[in-house]
Amino acid sequence: MAEKITTTDNQYVLFKLDNEYYGIDILHVETIEKVMDITRVPHAPYYVEGVINLRGEVVPVINLRKRFDLPQVELNDESRIIIISIEEIVVGLLVDASSEVLQFDTETIDDVPNFSDRLKNDYVKGIGKDNERIIILLDLKKVLGNTDTNEEL
Amino acid sequence: MDMNQYLEIFIEESKEHLENMNQSLLELENNHSDISLVHEIFRIAHTLKGMSATMGFNKVANLTHEMENVLQLLRSNEIELSEKIVDVLFECLDTLEGYINQIANSGEEGELDSDYLVKKLNQILQGEPESENNSKEEVSSTNESNSNDIHIEVEEFSKNVALKAAAEGFNCYKMQIDLNPNCMLKAARAFIIFNTLEKDCEILKSNPPVEDIEDEKFDTDFELIIISKVDGETIRKRIMNISEVENVLIEEIDVNELNIQAKDIETVEEERTVDTKNKEKDEKKSNKSKKPKLGKTVRVDIDRLDNLMNLVSELIITRSRLEEMDDSGRKHDINEAVEYLGRITTSLHDAVMKVRMVPIERVFNRFPRMVRDLSKELGKEISLVMLGEETEVDRTVIDEIGDPLIHLIRNSIDHGIEDPETRKKHGKPEIGTVKLIAYPDGNSVVIEVEDDGQGINIEKVKAKAIQNGLITEEQAENIDEKEAVNLLFKSGFSTADKISDISGRGVGLDVVKTKIEALGGIVEVKTSKSGSTFTIRLPLTLAIIQALLVNVGMEKYAIPLNSIKEIVTIDAKSIRKIQEQEVVLYRNTTLPILRMNKILQVDSDACDEEDLIVVVVKKGDKTAGFVVDNLIGQQEIVIKSLGKYLLGIKAIAGATILGNGQVALIVDINSLF
Repeated sequence: MAEKITTTDNQYVLFKLDNEYYGIDILHVETIEKVMDITRVPHAPYYVEGVINLRGEVVPVINLRKRFDLPQVELNDESRIIIISIEEIVVGLLVDASSEVLQFDTETIDDVPNFSDRLKNDYVKGIGKDNERIIILLDLKKVLGNTDTNEEL
Repeated sequence: MDMNQYLEIFIEESKEHLENMNQSLLELENNHSDISLVHEIFRIAHTLKGMSATMGFNKVANLTHEMENVLQLLRSNEIELSEKIVDVLFECLDTLEGYINQIANSGEEGELDSDYLVKKLNQILQGEPESENNSKEEVSSTNESNSNDIHIEVEEFSKNVALKAAAEGFNCYKMQIDLNPNCMLKAARAFIIFNTLEKDCEILKSNPPVEDIEDEKFDTDFELIIISKVDGETIRKRIMNISEVENVLIEEIDVNELNIQAKDIETVEEERTVDTKNKEKDEKKSNKSKKPKLGKTVRVDIDRLDNLMNLVSELIITRSRLEEMDDSGRKHDINEAVEYLGRITTSLHDAVMKVRMVPIERVFNRFPRMVRDLSKELGKEISLVMLGEETEVDRTVIDEIGDPLIHLIRNSIDHGIEDPETRKKHGKPEIGTVKLIAYPDGNSVVIEVEDDGQGINIEKVKAKAIQNGLITEEQAENIDEKEAVNLLFKSGFSTADKISDISGRGVGLDVVKTKIEALGGIVEVKTSKSGSTFTIRLPLTLAIIQALLVNVGMEKYAIPLNSIKEIVTIDAKSIRKIQEQEVVLYRNTTLPILRMNKILQVDSDACDEEDLIVVVVKKGDKTAGFVVDNLIGQQEIVIKSLGKYLLGIKAIAGATILGNGQVALIVDINSLF
């Protein structure tokens, strides 16, 4: 791992959500911001927390807890908004905490087993392992994608 | 060499050239005898050829080269300009545009085929189609035998002069002049040689070109083609007498032979280079898989940029001034600085707007061609009058306004203007007129499409609307002319029936209306027996608007000022409920009342109050009152999109960033009716 660290291959930004660790491909991550003033957007999907002013650009923020149907918690100092950019879509992901970047060798990433009911398998691209930790690698397109099947307004 | 960095400039310039070519072609069509237009088109084709060859776009280079050949013959009056030639040239233009657009999209020329055009051009060149094969063979044979000893190419132009000269008893010579290798001022020496020659000869061509010789861009020798009545030996001696001339070779050329050779060599050589270039390109292609995608660019007057620059520097100065103020700073100073800051930002806004402004000419320019094609297609004679092309509009408007205008102009020509015979019968001039007028009006731009056709047949429109189930017969009797005309803009109107069956104009007018309204503008129609006028009114810019900021619950929203009619206070008790819809009698009309907090899903207790603040907004002829909690004030706001992810959110047109950095949403009034 040490000699490969200079490349961005298989590097993942890790964040925490309800005691689980998740990872998203670093290539899609623009910045990680502290939580700022969020303006609610009426008629937006229920998991869209609202929009923020990201240095002059208006960026929507998805509350990942809501997106994954996890219980809501109060925002705190640890909360972060991870700004991701994928296929010209720029979106913020509201997460509990984010701190590190990890690299996984392709062979250490496992396929998705039939996962717990709580999280739809759809969002998961694979499972990364870091010692004893299990990291859920997200498929961002699916996280952002159409959610008609999942809509619970 | 990586050409991608020049691609944008290439595309921008090519488009400009093609636009000019289009205009010149249109003029040429109406004025066949104007040779200066042929020159202009030739010049453009030549420039394009050079540009595209440099960039490695061989299809463009090839086609323009063939065009050049034909234009050259026109230029030298060798062939007569005919309708057919103009048509072919227009086809070439279309194909070139196709290439350029393809390049803009994908960075490559694409698969568009121009071989048939080349054939057509060649047919023009040779007068007859069947001679094609023969000449091809000739090409290869003459090329082989001649490419070795003729170094100097003769353009069509010189060739024709040579031909004429020969007819008048002149001789044509090819000469090579070698200067002494120690010659100090080669250019000056060459100048003397030229001067000497010009006494009784005419220099048709030199290799390298005269400009290069003047710049001393040649080795010790250069070649010339001259015509003269004087015999070759005399000329040779005369030149040899000039000092520092080492050697002069002179030989007579058979002008008639030259004719064929010159032309053919040129084409064959071109073909060869094209071939090799193609190969090179193919190789390159396999290496680079990444296609460049291009952004949109605007050409900006340097003065405007300078102004922008100055304002920004003033802004920075003011910032330093504010930073230097310590806590003890007097309030007066701060006020002054803030006031100054305000002035600069207003000017800055103005300057940025101007940078984004483009003359509407850009859109208008494509219409003469369209009208030409349409009038040919429909057999109607149309003259298009354009006024106010210099009117400037924001770039965003330019990009969007083209399609609606095409619709309207098509409509005018297709349905509005009668065929020549009918026009004659009604005592109108046979040639129909479509006027396209643009002018600024305060904070908006007005574009009018006016025709002198038969106008809109109200009865037919009504009949069709009934037929399409848009209105009942009863309603049809009651509506006035204006309402009837507005039926044209109903979405069901155009789609239901065949376009051709009635004169009713309805081809996609709903699309026009939707588009214009999406741009924050309005469309109006005036019609009479002697023609109709469609008036489009658009905001100058789409990026910055005046808006009213309001509170709904704890949230702030912006309502675009151009849709606000007035603001009133209404007594809650005067509201009546009719079929679940709240209405109030206001100035003798029923005004529907909509609760902003319900629309925007906000908790608010404004509904319980006795006096309601109501913002009366209009959309076309309709009005409605929106209940808000509080008015904050009028402000200029910069419109930001909510991004691709939240595209098309109901009731929200976008967002803006307030002074404190907060995001406020802009209410989409149009969608609420």
